[in-house]
Formats: sequence, C-alpha cells, structure tokens
Amino acid sequence: MVAAINDALTLALERDPSVCLFGEDVGVMGGVFRATDGLQARFGKTRVFDTPLAEAGIVGTGIGLGLAGMRPIAEIQFAGFLYPALDQILSHLGRYRHRTRGRFHLPMVIRAPYGGGVHTPEQHADSPEAILAHVPGTKVVIPSTPSDAKGLLLAAIEDDDPVFFFEAIKLYRSVKEDVPDGYYTVPLGKARLAREGSDVTVIAYGGMVEVCAKAAEAAAAHGISVELIDLRSLVPMDTETVLESVAKTGRAVVVTEAPRTSGFASEIAATIAEEALDALEAPVVRVTGFDAPYPPFTSIEDHYRPNPVRVAKAIRQVLAY
Amino acid sequence: MSELLQIIGPGGEAVRPELLPEPALLEQLYRAMRRIRHFDERAVILHRQGRMGVYPPFGGMEASQAGSALALRRSDWLFPTYRDSGAALTYGMPIERCIAYWRTSPHGWSMPEDLKLLPFYVPIATQYPHAVGAALAEKMRGTDNVAMAFIGDGGSSEGDFHEALNFAGALNAPVVFMLQNNGWAISVPTSTQTKATDLSLRAQGYGIPGVRVDGNDIVAVYHAALEAVTRARSGEGPTLIETVTYRVKPHTVSDDPGRYRTEEATRTWLERDPVRRLKTFLEGRGLWSEEREVALEAELMAEFEQAVERADAFPEPEPVEILEHVFKEPTPALRRQREQILEELRG
Ligand SMILES: Cc1ncc(C[n+]2csc(CCOP(=O)(O)OP(=O)(O)O)c2C)c(N)n1
Repeated sequence: MVAAINDALTLALERDPSVCLFGEDVGVMGGVFRATDGLQARFGKTRVFDTPLAEAGIVGTGIGLGLAGMRPIAEIQFAGFLYPALDQILSHLGRYRHRTRGRFHLPMVIRAPYGGGVHTPEQHADSPEAILAHVPGTKVVIPSTPSDAKGLLLAAIEDDDPVFFFEAIKLYRSVKEDVPDGYYTVPLGKARLAREGSDVTVIAYGGMVEVCAKAAEAAAAHGISVELIDLRSLVPMDTETVLESVAKTGRAVVVTEAPRTSGFASEIAATIAEEALDALEAPVVRVTGFDAPYPPFTSIEDHYRPNPVRVAKAIRQVLAY
Repeated sequence: MSELLQIIGPGGEAVRPELLPEPALLEQLYRAMRRIRHFDERAVILHRQGRMGVYPPFGGMEASQAGSALALRRSDWLFPTYRDSGAALTYGMPIERCIAYWRTSPHGWSMPEDLKLLPFYVPIATQYPHAVGAALAEKMRGTDNVAMAFIGDGGSSEGDFHEALNFAGALNAPVVFMLQNNGWAISVPTSTQTKATDLSLRAQGYGIPGVRVDGNDIVAVYHAALEAVTRARSGEGPTLIETVTYRVKPHTVSDDPGRYRTEEATRTWLERDPVRRLKTFLEGRGLWSEEREVALEAELMAEFEQAVERADAFPEPEPVEILEHVFKEPTPALRRQREQILEELRG
C-alpha cells in the first residue's frame, strides 16, 4: 500500500505545480515508512521539504499555503502526534470557508499513519479519526486497499476542502495487489462493497477491513453470509450504502480499533438505529478497542485490538438475538 | 554566538584548570559515564539477541546525560525523553526497570516511590511545561527542590518548548531546561531544523539565562548543571543549558542513518568521545589506571547481568492490565470491558 501512496503523490506533484509536500523527515529520508521516498530528489526541495519538528507549525503553515493558492499535503509522522496541532485543526482548519463566507478555502491534505497491530512504542498506534470527524469542515478518509489508497488520495488532493487521510500502518507492507497505472480517482464519500452477503452487515474501514474479511471467511464456513462494507471515508459518510445493506440483512456489526466511548462506531450505530430501526432484527453491535490508551506493552497488545475471533463472536451474537 | 563552556578539551587537556573539581568528584563523573555507556552497549546487544524491543541509543551523549543528572538530589524532579535512559539511570532508575521499559513491559513504567522520575516521554516537547509546573509546586510548598527536563534540538522547535520557557521565566520557576543538541532529529540535521546556530540564545528571548556547553565534556556539563540547579534552589529562577554533542548511534536500533548522513561526520565526533576524554585526563594526572578500568568493567558487567536477571524475573503482564490505571475507580464501561477480556481468555 505504501507504494500506491508514493505513486499517487508522484502523480499529483507531476500534474499540478501548486501541489507541495512537507513534514518531518519526508525529504531526504523519504518518510519513516518511505511513503515519500524519492520525491524530494525528483521534485526539488521547494516542493518537497523537511519541516522543523512542530506539528502546530506544520498544520498552521499549511493553512497559510492553502489560503494563498497552493495545494499543501502535510505529513504528520504518526496520527498520535497530531495532538500538538489540534489548536490549528480545531480553531482554524475546518472553519476557514465558513468564517470567510466562502472567500477563502483550504484544499489541504493531512496524511498520517495510524493504528495498531505492529508493536509500536507509546502513542504510535492511536486511532484519532473520531476526534477529527467531529470537527465541522474537515473530511476524514481511510483506505483499506492499495488501489483505493491511490485513488482516494488523488481525490483528496483534488478536493477543495481539508481532508485527513489516515493510513493504517498495519497495511503499509502487508497488503499487496495490482494497482491500476496512471491517474485515477476514487470519489470521497462512496463506500466499497468488500464482500456481498445476506445474513449480516459488517461495517469497517482501514486496518479493520482485513480483520473483518477474515471473520467473514470464518463465518462462511459455518454457513453465515456476511456482507462487508468498507466505509472508505467517514466524512462524508456513505449512509445510503450502509442503510441499503442493513435493509437487506437486518443485522449490523460495526468494527473500529479506536477506543469505544464516543468512537466513530457509535456514530455509525446511531445512524442505523435512527434510520433503519424497522429493518433491524437485532440491536447493532460495536466491536472496538477499549477505553484505555492503546497499550505499548507488546506482549498483551493483541488483546486490545479487535481480531477476527472477536468480530466473529459479534456476528454470532446479532444472529442469535 | 555564546561562548562554549569547556573545562577539559578533546585531547584530555585541562582548558579551564581553575574550574576543575576534586579528584573524588572527577572519579565519580567518570564512573557514572562508564556505567551508562555499559548499559547502552549492552542494551543494543540485548536487542540484537531479540531480548529487547525498539531502543533509542544515546551513545556519544554520556557526558551530557550523566553530567546533568548528577547535579540533582534525590528529592528533585526529572523529566526524561526516550533518549535519556542514561540520565534516568544516573538519577536512580533501577537498571532492571529501564530494561523492562524498553522491553515494553509495564514494570518499566512503575518507578521507585521515592524517585520523582517520570517514564520516558515519547511525544516530543510535551513534558517541558510539566516540569515548569512541578518546579512551581515545589516552590509553593516551600521546598528548595528543583525540576530538570530534557529535550532535543528537534524538540526545541515545538511550541511547548517556547511556552515552557516563557512560563518559567514569567513565574520564576526553579527549573533547569536541558537541551541536548545532538545534531539530528531523526534524518533532519539541526541546520535544516532551524536557522539559529546557537540554541542557548533562545533563552534570551524569554529573559532567562542560557548557557552553551561542550556536551562531550562531562566536567563542563556538570559544572553548568550544578550552577543552574543551585540558582534554581536559591530562588533565582530557570536556566536553559544547551549541551552541544552528537548522536553517534542511529536514532533507534531500527533506524538506518546511512540514508541521511555520512560516516565521516560521525567519525569527527568519535574523536571527541566523552568517555575517552575524561579517561585520558585522569590517566595523565595519575588518577586512573588500566587496572582500575578492568576492575570497573567487571563491576559494571556484574551489576548489569544481575539487573538482567531481575528484569527476566518480572512476571509477564496479564492481558487485563491494558485496562488498569485508567481511572482511580474503573468506570462501568471499563468494568464490562475487563469482563470481556477475561471471558475471551476463558475461550
Ligand atoms: C509530537 C511528536 N512528533 C513527532 C514525533 C516523532 N519523532 C520521534 S523522535 C523525533 C526526532 C526527535 O529529535 P530531537 O528532538 O532532536 O531528539 P533526539 O531523538 O535527537 O534525541 C521525531 C520527529 C514524536 N515522537 N512526537
């Protein structure tokens, strides 16, 4: 997946001279995950540059670049290090269009690796997507496959509003597939039907999609037909696809790896409860991380992050209701 | 550019003989440096053997870490970053806890009760304001304890660094800010990080003293740190100390510095090795010998091996520990989640 992201960034930089890319260690080093590998050598230090170690500075400067006609792409080294920039994000990033009554807008993309499953140190595995999804005016996109990562990232860069683009660290090198050549976009706000089924709808995004796919596979062996929806973007959310599927299956399981309370899974579950109650044959079940900081204790980390067994159990639970 | 404080030069010669401390103290400084170098080297080996997790070495920065931490008393505060295992060990962190920390075991997070030592900070710069607050609390409670906090050259770009310095100055907090300028923030050299060439001058903007020290000269680091600690204790407020040093080792054991720097630059710094510098000086004065070196090495080896045994003996954490210590009393949600884990374990 990391190669697909590098490909998308290359195409964007090639196509539009107002695109620029910056962040900590993105230049000479090509990013800690090599997502920006070779881009500085190819496009020069003006368009691809290392910044001082200051996230509020990165986002704040990006806002200025965006106001003045550039299309900034900022990398935050890990999503858990977005926090120092929250003032810029909450106070400004999502508000500019609104508070200037449309005169100024921010075509900015903020990329950040997120999520667990790879035994990282403290604060490197956070999933802060719900915090950002809660901020009016910012979009949140989280791909789960390499070809989606490329097309969604290009769409995010084309978008005239600020977009958070979270990349599951677990997927960077573990998922491989043939990615279409050349420039293409995948529209923001359209979910992907990852697996068709009729008994229960499972809704996930990012790193949880492969976990759910495994659970669906296991369920199929027991004669349970799972429909798996990869949400792809949280804001805007493809409510229609979710509701259509739930109307068909009558049951829903929502899976995220972020802490449970006030997480995005709750948003999805509430939407279903509000708009598809008549179709439901069982309460919506959430499978999530826990209400504790993501554990940096590698020997027990796997008990935090949802796994196929936990998802499969939730599937059985909604079916047994 | 401010003057670079140096007491012993790179060749082991006395540059400022009038500032040299007593032989006993010189020996203490040397032993402290050798001890943490031993730890750092063994830690990297443990990693290679698969008996340690991701570890950020501090090799080359022993003088900066030991020299500053030795200036503290046990009742003072220490706020270390992930790079500062050496400072924490010098201050009193048990070696087995440090090993446990880098093994990602919760046993590395609990510190001895009588030590105001915080676990290594991973997010950059966030602990700097905490040190100001801790220092102020000591002042409010009428003690003369101080707080010392570490940061890197990269970290000094963060807003928290600047807010902390300004607060400390404005509120006259008894805090010592250690800025270890080791030349790099992962792949970004200080010259790309900032246009400033003298980070100690940043203090000026906040009305507090800034000191620039040869970070490979432990005698100079100790001297500057003790002066700053003494100032803080006597109510004269904060100090920023920049130790000019170098990260000879990779950023972490999984980093490849070959991608961003040449061996040559590192070689120059190897010549300024802090441990060899003091050793040469001590030997020249007849205060140290090869025999004593061998004995010290054996002592350190034994100390470390015993610590590894104690670290190995820490019990493996239980899965439910991931939910512990979130609140004083677990919320109903956390209680349910704990039940869920226990149930999953039962299968
Ligand atoms: C807020 C935050 N942003 C980014 C990172 C990722 N990161 C870890 S270490 C590092 C470089 C730190 O450099 P410096 O402050 O000079 O300290 P050094 O590692 O050289 O001791 C970066 C960018 C982080 N840990 N925290």
